[in-house]
Amino acid sequence: MSVDKLKQTVLGVVAVSLFLASGAVFAGLADMPLNLTQGVTETSQRVYDLHMIILYIVTVIGILVFGVMCWSIFHHRKSKGAVAAQFHHSTAAEIAWTIIPIIILVAMAIPATKTLIFMEQTGDAEMTLKVTGYQWKWKYDYLDEGVTVWSALDQASNEARQMDSGIDPNTVENYLLDVDNPIVLPVNTKIRILTTAADVIHAWWVPALGWKRDAIPGFINDNWTNIKEPGVYRGQCAELCGKDHGFMPIVVHAVSKEEYAAWIEEQKAAALAAADGANREWTKDELLAKGKDVYAANCVSCHQANGNGVEGLFPPLNGSAIVNGSAADMIGLVLNGKNLMPAFKDQLNDADLAAVMTHERNSWDNTAKDIIQPADVKAAR
Amino acid sequence: MSYGAVHDDEHHDHKPTGIGRWLFSTNHKDIGTMYLVFALTMFFIGGAMAMVIRLELFQPGMQYVDPQFFNSMTTVHALVMIFGAVMPAGVGLANWMIPMMVGAPDMAMPRMNNMSFWILPFAFTLLLSTFFMQGGAPAGGWTMYPPLVLQLGDGLPFLIFAVHFLGLSSIMGAINIIATVFNMRAPGMTFMRLPLFVWTWIITAFLLIAAMPVLAGGVTMLLTDRFFGTAFFDAAGGGDPVMFQHVFWFFGHPEVYILVLPSFGIISQIIPTFSRKPLFGYASMVYATASIAFLSFFVWAHHMFTVGMPLAGELFFMYATMAIAVPTGVKVFNWTATMWKGSMTFETPMLFSIGVLFMFTLGGFTGLMMGITPVDFQYHDTYFIVAHFHYVLVPGIVFGIVAGVYYWLPKWTGVMYDETLGKWHFWTSTISVNVLFFPMHFLGLAGMPRRIPDYNTQFTDWNQIVSVGGIAFGLSQLILVWVVIKCARGQGEKATDQVWEGAHGLEFTLPSPPPFHSFTTPPEVTEATAHS
Amino acid sequence: MSDSHGAYFIPEPSRWPIVGTLALFLSFIGGGMMLNGSGFGTFLLGLGIGAVIYMFCGWFSDVIGESLAGSYNKQVDVSFRWGMSWFIFSEVMFFAAFFGALYYIRVLSVPWLGGEGAGFATHMFLWPDFEAVWPLMMTPDMSLAGVESKFMEIKDVIPAFDVPLVNTILLLSSGVTITLAHHALKKDHRAPLCWWLAATVLLGFVFVYFQIGEYAHAYHELDLTMKSGVYGSTFFMLTGFHGFHVTMGATMILVILVRSMKGHFSAKDHFAFEGVAWYWHFVDVVWLGLYVFVYWI
Ligand code: HEA
Ligand code: HEA
Ligand code: HEC
Ligand code: CUA
Ligand SMILES: [Cu+2]
Repeated sequence: MSVDKLKQTVLGVVAVSLFLASGAVFAGLADMPLNLTQGVTETSQRVYDLHMIILYIVTVIGILVFGVMCWSIFHHRKSKGAVAAQFHHSTAAEIAWTIIPIIILVAMAIPATKTLIFMEQTGDAEMTLKVTGYQWKWKYDYLDEGVTVWSALDQASNEARQMDSGIDPNTVENYLLDVDNPIVLPVNTKIRILTTAADVIHAWWVPALGWKRDAIPGFINDNWTNIKEPGVYRGQCAELCGKDHGFMPIVVHAVSKEEYAAWIEEQKAAALAAADGANREWTKDELLAKGKDVYAANCVSCHQANGNGVEGLFPPLNGSAIVNGSAADMIGLVLNGKNLMPAFKDQLNDADLAAVMTHERNSWDNTAKDIIQPADVKAAR
Repeated sequence: MSYGAVHDDEHHDHKPTGIGRWLFSTNHKDIGTMYLVFALTMFFIGGAMAMVIRLELFQPGMQYVDPQFFNSMTTVHALVMIFGAVMPAGVGLANWMIPMMVGAPDMAMPRMNNMSFWILPFAFTLLLSTFFMQGGAPAGGWTMYPPLVLQLGDGLPFLIFAVHFLGLSSIMGAINIIATVFNMRAPGMTFMRLPLFVWTWIITAFLLIAAMPVLAGGVTMLLTDRFFGTAFFDAAGGGDPVMFQHVFWFFGHPEVYILVLPSFGIISQIIPTFSRKPLFGYASMVYATASIAFLSFFVWAHHMFTVGMPLAGELFFMYATMAIAVPTGVKVFNWTATMWKGSMTFETPMLFSIGVLFMFTLGGFTGLMMGITPVDFQYHDTYFIVAHFHYVLVPGIVFGIVAGVYYWLPKWTGVMYDETLGKWHFWTSTISVNVLFFPMHFLGLAGMPRRIPDYNTQFTDWNQIVSVGGIAFGLSQLILVWVVIKCARGQGEKATDQVWEGAHGLEFTLPSPPPFHSFTTPPEVTEATAHS
Repeated sequence: MSDSHGAYFIPEPSRWPIVGTLALFLSFIGGGMMLNGSGFGTFLLGLGIGAVIYMFCGWFSDVIGESLAGSYNKQVDVSFRWGMSWFIFSEVMFFAAFFGALYYIRVLSVPWLGGEGAGFATHMFLWPDFEAVWPLMMTPDMSLAGVESKFMEIKDVIPAFDVPLVNTILLLSSGVTITLAHHALKKDHRAPLCWWLAATVLLGFVFVYFQIGEYAHAYHELDLTMKSGVYGSTFFMLTGFHGFHVTMGATMILVILVRSMKGHFSAKDHFAFEGVAWYWHFVDVVWLGLYVFVYWI
């Protein structure tokens, strides 16, 4: 822990305390909403209404109960000459304060039950999106279209969030809430969203849609949504999933049906182009250029930018026997994974894999300096 | 070794001396003291970890610790606070007070009592040693969900064995308390004459015996999944990771009442004393406590509404969760009615009890909100949850324990604590604890997930306020240490046997400080002398 | 009860609790290191277990000494009874966790994986060829093409009406023999007491012997192991913990047998005997549950 930072924090603490004392609290806090979002779906609206109903109910109960307590505290104090009564029992009162809460609770349970039943209606969806959580990114399969999108924290946030990055998060737009490949969904369409995971439990949550649901390895959860307004909606993984749990955001672009159809076409074309890429011979420069980006997007969270890994958790690639050893061994390991090392064969295409491995073999102090072609990866699959 | 029995005629008030007095102790007061000192130490260790959390969250960006270590802080903070601070503090108070309150010479099984205590420091040595192991300390949350927890390095078996060890301690402690209350009551001390603190502890002990072994079973399955190839939590082999959550929360929800019931018991002793009026609705208090305990076994899945249970399950657990508000409400109303038309004074124990009353209820309200399944889909795993449980845990339980300490400290040490310091402690704590935890509601509703080391810049301002509150609250606790040290050194006015003008109960018939063996002659209890 | 008050026995400071704590601490450190692959850990674990046994011997010999010296009165006896009953209850809850797991797996998770109820999408997209049957011979990952399973395919399971039935009869009879021993004790007939106890110990150990044989058979011939997916997991966890409890129980009865031969118990005063007998009945009842839910249905 550097002295500078400590100083900075101590100063910050003092500053905030003064700020608090000055009474100007709310003026400076304007950019964060203080209440639950009303969202952009019928579900989120219903949930918001339910939230407000309960909030009002408990507020009223609170005022009554705290009111009685305060009354006693102020009026039945010894210093005011209060003499203690000696009653210690009243059947009528006790029955009343058992029955009345029950009635209130039943009144609350009815709308809650209705909303819950409404939320569980996953039938007759017009399209299906399968969401798979990985440590630490999301994979989206548009099942009806055969389109797949991988989505991870965007580069700008990722750089800024590294320790000692020297970048002020306040200068990064949508810090930690932006991704490299946002997903696109059509509005006014009932979309079935299936959640699952590949390694540990994650949870997919976009507050504006009104729900979150766990993504559990080996199981699939059924959900649905129907977005009413076009816009950009952001969310985050909401189940602790390891080191970078705080860094796997979700971005949904809700657009008109036409724009959505166009986007799907674009994705299909891009996928075809990528597949083509795997069939040709690449130059070393091409591979290195691409590999750098693939590394930053996929490997850096564990093996770190300097290739030295994290002591005790993730081994260094810098100087690793495997990275400097036979290409076939390395390809096999990266394709199929090992222990905590994920299998990348489904996550990356041949060109990406060839590029990232070439990058690693030519970076830091590594001595292999050779190239791996997409064709080599393809052959090893 | 030699043995001695306590007889009417033969007075054994000699205290063993030296380190052996503590290591080999069979005395409920010495063991109680050790429990309390241990709990305070752990509260500081857990608090120090909370301070690391708050420091890192003071501003966006990663400043001090890497994310993995941050997760370890969150995880171990919770384990230390729950198993190291709050539970041992409760058992410590039970050890000190229950034999005196029921008119017994000591606990029913004094040797086992000693072991229950001494396990704790060793269990925490196991747990904290993981910080120095390959792969670091547990970082999968205190809930230890697989598969994530199974990714832990060499620390995993030590985490699991620490949980086993702690479970053993709790179960032995609980058995001892039950045996003491069932079997060692003074003549005339019928069940319906027991002080409420004793009642809440019997019920807590029952919860412990029923819940801890289930946790032990659950973590054993984690162990075999990792080391012996079983597939309990692996869908590929036919198991289900969610099953662990069911097992954990079957323990975990009763656990939160294990934590809170002793605090309820304490304030049920204190509020009548300082209202100078008998506890309102004694019998309904007992029944309400028992109902809470009973219901607590049927609500566990409210912690896992988002895992995708069938609708019927979600509805059942929602209704059951809501039902708990009824007996808890009965308790809150009874306490209020006890104060009503009393003749109240506001010494420190009473202030802290009133703090419990207000702020526990607030935490209970948010609990109820989270019990509504569809809305919990939004609240779950956000700072709204963190706000809820810190309200019930810190001003709800820690305040209750602190109230108990102030209430009985003069009895234990024979001298009055410093009332001015006590009042300072109360007011600084109460103000700071709200600055600390109240804004967390806003953060959660605005969408800040829990267990994250860094956040979007919109959350900065409130997080800074929270951190400042945290530091202020932490520093306020130093006053308590000061107060306790002063009393322990005998500095202060001499306390009377009754200590408080309005105090009733057997413990206040003994001298302050009480003799080494509480009641060598069992007192005779009558209707008139029983109720506090 | 009130007549016994005023003479409650409070033991003097004792070193056994701290010895026990240290012994367990040592065992846990050793066990943890062993699981992490350290041979020295195994040594420490052995040392720790030795120390635990030493502690038990020491602590119980103190208790026996006190009991024989007449330090205990009726009230102490009742305390022990409460202690033992709640201890057994805690054991019941420990087993409940594993029975609960078995229930969850059989009734919920395996059918979901097979596509029932809430598991529709799970089955369709993740395990399309998996069939939910119990006993689960093939795990879900075996049904996937081109994936090497982490588990071992079970050739066959152990039929209920074979050795397990014999074992059921053995344990049930041991419940009878210990009751006969108790009746003999209540009439102060020492010889039949010892004989019936000896029969109980024998039945217990024969049970364990058969169980071990069954495990060997399962491992070598049936490929039914801890690594055989969730069937093997629940099977070995439940029967294994039970077998361990039988071993402990039989050992405790052995101690009681020796004490009976030495004449430690009287017709009126024999809590140690009763405590162990309760424990034995508990182990018996757990077996019945196992027999029905693990082997039979
Ligand atoms: C001592 C601890 C304690 C206590 C007492 C409680 C009490 C309650 N808790 Fe809380 N809870 C925790 C500790 C505690 N909790 C912890 C630690 C977690 C998080 C664990 C983790 O994930 O890490 C948690 C999480 C938690 C969740 C999971 C949220 C989530 O993760 O999504 C839920 C959901 O239902 C919940 C509900 C409740 C309810 C309904 C009560 C009720 O008992 C409250 C009842 C009290 C009242 C309601 C107030 C008084 C009543 C009246 C004045 C009567 C009239 C009132 C009405 C009719 C409204 N709690
Ligand atoms: C009884 C239990 C208990 C108690 C008492 C506390 C007390 C505190 N808790 Fe904690 N907490 C939990 C139980 C508890 N907590 C649980 C169960 C979790 C969930 C974990 C999980 O997600 O797995 C949690 C999680 C949790 C989080 C969320 C972390 C995350 O999601 O990433 C935070 C964040 O602010 C927090 C803060 C605090 C603070 C500031 C205190 C303060 O009240 C502490 C105050 C005490 C001290 C500070 C120590 C005493 C004083 C000194 C040592 C003097 C010196 C002090 C200074 C220099 C300032 N806790
Ligand atoms: C989730 C964390 C994680 C990510 C992301 C990750 N790795 Fe790894 N990697 C590991 C771990 C853990 C190991 C050690 C595996 C073992 O031996 O148990 C490892 C090992 C390796 C090795 C072998 C190194 C050695 O000397 O043993 C190579 C090569 C490698 N990874 C390449 C990559 C590449 C290329 C990427 C990205 C495309 C990547 N890794 C992404 C965790 C990760
Ligand atoms: Cu993924 Cu948290
Ligand atoms: Cu709960």
